[in-house]
Amino acid sequence: MMASSYNAKEEDANHPGAANHAGAGVVKSKKPDNTAFKQQRLPAWQPILTAGTVLPAFFVIGLIFIPIGIGLYVTSNNIKEFEIDYTGANIDNPCYDCAKNFSWNSTAQCVCAVTFTLEQPFESNVFMYYGLSNFYQNHRRYVKSRDDSQLNGDRSALMRPSKECEPYRTGEGSPIAPCGAIANSLFNDTLQLYHIDSNGTLNEIPLVKKGIAWWTDKHVKFRNPGGNNNLTVAFQGTSKPVNWKKPVFELDPEDPENNGFINEDFIVWMRTAALPTFRKLYRIIQKKPSTTPTLPSGKYVLNVTYNYPVLSFDGRKRMILSTISWMGGKNPFLGIAYITVGSICFFLGVVLLIIHHKYDNRNNSADIPN
Amino acid sequence: MLRRRLNRWLGRDERRVDSRSICVGHRSSSNNEAFIPPKFCDNRIVSSKYTVWNFLPKNLFEQFRRIANFYFLIIFLVQVIVDTPTSPVTSGLPLFFVITVTAIKQGYEDWLRHKADNEVNKYPVTVLEQGRRVRKESEKIKVGDVLEVDEDETFPCDLILLQSSRDDDTCFVTTASLDGESNHKTHYTVPDTEKDLESLNATIECEQPQPDLYKFVGRMHIYKTDQEPAVRSLGPENLLLKGSTLKNTQTICGVAIYTGMETKMALNYQGKSQKRSAVEKSINAFLLVYLCILVSKALVCTTLKYVWQNKPGQDEPWYNEKTQREKDTNLYLKMFTDFLSFMVLFNFIIPVSMYVTVEMQKFLGSFFITWDKDFFDPEIKEGALVNTSDLNEELGQVEYVFTDKTGTLTQNNMEFIECCIDGFQYKYQDAGTDLDGFCVTDGPVNKVQHKAGREKEELFLRALCLCHTVQVKESPEQGQGQGQRDGLMDQVDGLGADGLGTDGEGLHPPPQEQRGFIASSPDEVALVKGAMRYGFTFLGFESKTMKILTRDNDVERYELLHVLNFDPVRRRMSVIVRSKSGDTLLFCKGADSSIFPRVRQEEVERIRMNVERNATEGYRTLCVAYKYLNAEEYAQADAGLREARLALQDREEKLMAVYNQVETGMSLIGATAVEDRLQEEAAETMEALQGAGMKVWVLTGDKMETAKSTCYACRLFQRNTELLELTVRTLEDGGRRREERLHELLLEYYKKAVQDAPPVKAGVTRAWSSANHDYGFIIDGATLSMVLNSSSESNSSRYKNLFLQICQNCTSVLCCRMAPLQKAQIVKMVKNSKGSPITLSIGDGANDVSMILEAHVGIGIKGKEGRQAVRNSDYAIPKLKHLKKLLLAHGHLYYVRIAHLVQYFFYKNLCFILPQFLYQFFCGYSQQPLYDAAYLTMYNICFTSMPILAYSLLEQHICMEVLLDNATLYRGIAKNGMLQWGPFFYWTLLGVFHGLLFFFGVRYLFGNPALQDNGQVFGNWSYGTIVFTVLVFTVTLKLALDTRHWTWINHFVIWGSLAFYVFFSFFWGGIIWPFLKQQRLYFVFANMLSSVSAWLVIILLILLSLLPEILLVVFRKPRGPHTGQMKPVHSSAGGHQSPRSSARPLLMRTFSDESNTVI
Repeated sequence: MMASSYNAKEEDANHPGAANHAGAGVVKSKKPDNTAFKQQRLPAWQPILTAGTVLPAFFVIGLIFIPIGIGLYVTSNNIKEFEIDYTGANIDNPCYDCAKNFSWNSTAQCVCAVTFTLEQPFESNVFMYYGLSNFYQNHRRYVKSRDDSQLNGDRSALMRPSKECEPYRTGEGSPIAPCGAIANSLFNDTLQLYHIDSNGTLNEIPLVKKGIAWWTDKHVKFRNPGGNNNLTVAFQGTSKPVNWKKPVFELDPEDPENNGFINEDFIVWMRTAALPTFRKLYRIIQKKPSTTPTLPSGKYVLNVTYNYPVLSFDGRKRMILSTISWMGGKNPFLGIAYITVGSICFFLGVVLLIIHHKYDNRNNSADIPN
Repeated sequence: MLRRRLNRWLGRDERRVDSRSICVGHRSSSNNEAFIPPKFCDNRIVSSKYTVWNFLPKNLFEQFRRIANFYFLIIFLVQVIVDTPTSPVTSGLPLFFVITVTAIKQGYEDWLRHKADNEVNKYPVTVLEQGRRVRKESEKIKVGDVLEVDEDETFPCDLILLQSSRDDDTCFVTTASLDGESNHKTHYTVPDTEKDLESLNATIECEQPQPDLYKFVGRMHIYKTDQEPAVRSLGPENLLLKGSTLKNTQTICGVAIYTGMETKMALNYQGKSQKRSAVEKSINAFLLVYLCILVSKALVCTTLKYVWQNKPGQDEPWYNEKTQREKDTNLYLKMFTDFLSFMVLFNFIIPVSMYVTVEMQKFLGSFFITWDKDFFDPEIKEGALVNTSDLNEELGQVEYVFTDKTGTLTQNNMEFIECCIDGFQYKYQDAGTDLDGFCVTDGPVNKVQHKAGREKEELFLRALCLCHTVQVKESPEQGQGQGQRDGLMDQVDGLGADGLGTDGEGLHPPPQEQRGFIASSPDEVALVKGAMRYGFTFLGFESKTMKILTRDNDVERYELLHVLNFDPVRRRMSVIVRSKSGDTLLFCKGADSSIFPRVRQEEVERIRMNVERNATEGYRTLCVAYKYLNAEEYAQADAGLREARLALQDREEKLMAVYNQVETGMSLIGATAVEDRLQEEAAETMEALQGAGMKVWVLTGDKMETAKSTCYACRLFQRNTELLELTVRTLEDGGRRREERLHELLLEYYKKAVQDAPPVKAGVTRAWSSANHDYGFIIDGATLSMVLNSSSESNSSRYKNLFLQICQNCTSVLCCRMAPLQKAQIVKMVKNSKGSPITLSIGDGANDVSMILEAHVGIGIKGKEGRQAVRNSDYAIPKLKHLKKLLLAHGHLYYVRIAHLVQYFFYKNLCFILPQFLYQFFCGYSQQPLYDAAYLTMYNICFTSMPILAYSLLEQHICMEVLLDNATLYRGIAKNGMLQWGPFFYWTLLGVFHGLLFFFGVRYLFGNPALQDNGQVFGNWSYGTIVFTVLVFTVTLKLALDTRHWTWINHFVIWGSLAFYVFFSFFWGGIIWPFLKQQRLYFVFANMLSSVSAWLVIILLILLSLLPEILLVVFRKPRGPHTGQMKPVHSSAGGHQSPRSSARPLLMRTFSDESNTVI
């Protein structure tokens, strides 16, 4: 084929393959496909944000957010919360002695009683939290110091805990169960609540210790090795964490469903807190069937078995009583934030409306659907 | 004889480096002399980079030489060695992915290369060995082998043509795959080689391999029994290059002289130098900023960590003791590893994925150019071609356009318009008006006579018919089927009949298409055709004889004695012919400037007027001259030419000297005018480019008048444009020394154009719009070299400076009479001037290659002057008019897309990492990650990568039609406007704002972590998950807000990414993963969703983050009317063909002046 001379080229273009047999039939057109995608002409929606579109949006946001904010704020305000510090950092605190005389080796339990008054009755279920401050549960060394396979009942992990657990991995030659810094520092103060009724007698308030941990943690993530029967055998060959007074299978001897790794206090503790000041659910005070409030106003005594030292790192311990709403515990932040954002939007809406009316007389329909 | 050979041997030894000697057919020249065949490389072509064995190490080494990859490797190694917060997997996995994908891609490409190599290396060839034909694999060819090649086969190595099946000892070759020129080139056998190759005993002495395709010097010594060895010179016309194809010739025999990697084709195989776009430079600058942010973050954290640890009880409380190893480590070493840990924790701020996404965007995005049917030219049946995808966005940044004239602004479709013989103007109108087709429109006023003498006319036409290198096309059936001679005769007869019809009966000339001419330049074809219309038909060659058919239907035969080839320096060509009557004639045609000094001066004036008038009308003019050579003169010239052709060294110079000597004392016969029509929409395109704020410079080799008229026609110069001329003519006006005059003129123009002009506002409004007085600047090659290479150093730089400043203040600049290298020089000068503007060169010919390579963006036009420009360009388009869409629509969109892509990437990683940084203040600076490892890894790979990729491929913030209609929109993004520090600062600020908002919003929510309605509390992983959820939604919706062009793909990808995030989180948290050490996220996401507060805070934070953005959009919105509507085009899917393969041509860089354009 002689596609060479200039004339020949034009000729070929006009009558492809007519003059020469070599090129006939193999006329390859390189013409691009005329598809919408390749021509960048896909049908498209082209939204244009103008004052016209945004204006109603601002009003709508404002009108939705402000009521939500008010609702949140009111809800948060209706939540009753009582908080008391029982660290014993100050001399006038009943737990001062216990805090001062704390020693890891002492076998005797130091008990202190903190009295307080509830001004208002607490209706419905009341949740009892313990709160710690300046406690870095989110420190990296701490967070990773656990072995989830051990906690999931894996037998090999029970006897050979993960290296992450160092230096709380082995004690007295045998593996520690549960290993790691988190388990080792399990919060072990015992809190008991008494109501002092009008004639001065102490009525112990029943504290429910179930339902404080996430259901999935309790039933899936945490498992005892070899099921729940005879934990003493299951944990044979392991030693208790250094700072614990008793081994893991004696956390709740009465209830096999709450003993060992599936002890709810333990599970709650194992969910590391996000910030150095935190609270964790301790007990639930069930609503009474009668109409009397769960915690009527009046005087109360908090009996603390003081086992947990925090003063060495300048920490604080609190006991918190709180009711709960649909939004959780008391937190005015959300309500205020919603009201603020809602008001800003509304305000902007007004400003934009003024601008719109003053400077922009064009009536632009904004979203032009295709 | 022995002594002579000895000398030669010694001589060869001395010049071992620059010549080699080869025995044809391995027959030693002398039997009694021990001949040690020198070692040459074999004929194996290796274009592949790797072998199976070295692939892994070599490829990895190549990849890690990239600074980004190396950085990520370091981060990975730090993670492996030092105890870091995130597992090595988080950075190892993406890096591994990137490396693997690249390795697979490169491996595949290399496999293709291996395959191609094998195909070439295993190709069977015929070798003549002791009279037998032996089939061999191509790679087994050795230097000195005699090969036989059949028609339409490609040559397996560089050959010296020994024997051709054609009678005239020539063969035809196309070098389409070498330099893209598809015309047939004639090559000649070595004279006096015997017909019987078996008995040929010869050695070839030639230069060592060198890459220039069009240069070759060698000598052949032919030994005959009982005779002195004959010496024949070898030149490029004897050399058949590997890669070119034999055409129109049945078989040839040749001897291999360069093989394998030493062939000229292989030597030309080299990559183009990498061009980097301005965007890439911006990315690197931003990277540096982010690297600083990264390092300072790590430093701040490390410092604060040690300050904090110094407080009693904080470093190691009883509940969180250090391991023995930590206690043992040296404090300073610990500080260092802490620093590294922080670096690792924050390293996501510089993401691997950005490089991958940018690469993908560029690669995929470039397809839209190839796919664009507006670039499809039905004439050549081709669309645009993208040779590099690295520069897509640069198309949106062009400030200077350098364009060639011939073939770019003009069509290079030559048409003979008129001629002037002996001062009389002849214009061809129609065959019918005058009996012999001549029509004198107007002659010189003072002449009574209206026509030049018939004798002169005929001489002129004969000159046109003889002085060229055109060949008559042979029709394929005849050429292939029958014997050569028959074919030729048939055709001659046919043409003769045509000629008869025209002249004898006064009929219309036969359609031009029937007569095929093969020439390397369209001018020549136009001239031959022009002569044909006046009755003189060129019938073709018959061995060394040229046949022409005169007006009187006589076939005249001329023996072609010598062709004095065209070259751009001489700017003319000549032939020496001997007529039947025995007269020896020299015909010469060339540019007026090169002819006028060589003819008798009294003839010049009459013709000069015509030439200048034609030139102003935009025609290409050539002057034709002749002279009679008497026997003595001829013998002298003949000897000189032969001697020069035989010279082994400096052959070019010697030839040139002889040419100049021969081409003197001629008499001028006339001049021709050939029209080169403007390209379609050339003026509109130029106007649009100027409207877009680009400055258009025309760089041409053409003469000033022609170029000027083209500029006017293209509306580069307007009627009110004041022209500042700096040419040889203006320099000579003053009558003083040129240097002084140059100095004076430069200063004068400088005063005019720069100082008196209103101050030019920088940036968007440029000179074009602000100056109400337009200047055009004209300079020619000679003056330019004076400006650039002034005698004194200080003057040189000063002149250059002045020149640049004048040029920058002119609307358009015309540089005429440019040599190819001068074009590149100008481009380079502008490129390196203040503000380093982005330059674009566009051209179609070999003479534009240098400037195409020099400019930031090189555009080739798939024109008629071969394909070198296309091969060397970054983008190739069929027509000049396509440049408008390429720049204004594609370039603009690509720039906006990639600029947004880059800014968005930095933004999204800043607000990704900032909460992590802030979290350190709440976790005792312990490098605790806020997010789970899976989120850290997947954020850039899966959750947020696809929407931005889709955006960066599909976004049309302004639709194409509007962009094309309003060229001024292009100025909005000039000077890398979207990637300046201002916008970068804005995006960074936005990222910081979002990061702060996410972190502290959730922080205040976690003031009371009891967020569920059953009183249960959330831990640190819930915290991170809430922040991460807000983050993913915000950055995706931010992109959604920026998207102005929602196709279904955008919808799919944006909403799909969000859905995927939710789905993944459920999935990831729904299973106890056996391979994970910690089940951190077990049901965290599900629990989060069960909390109303978490929902509320997520919604609030997303809205609050986007609020300022929405406000800005509203306030910033231009009041302009555009942003029109894109109507869906339902195409009548008429496409047949997938886009062309993007395989790179083997020859990336060739430069040729073969293209025989008479400029």
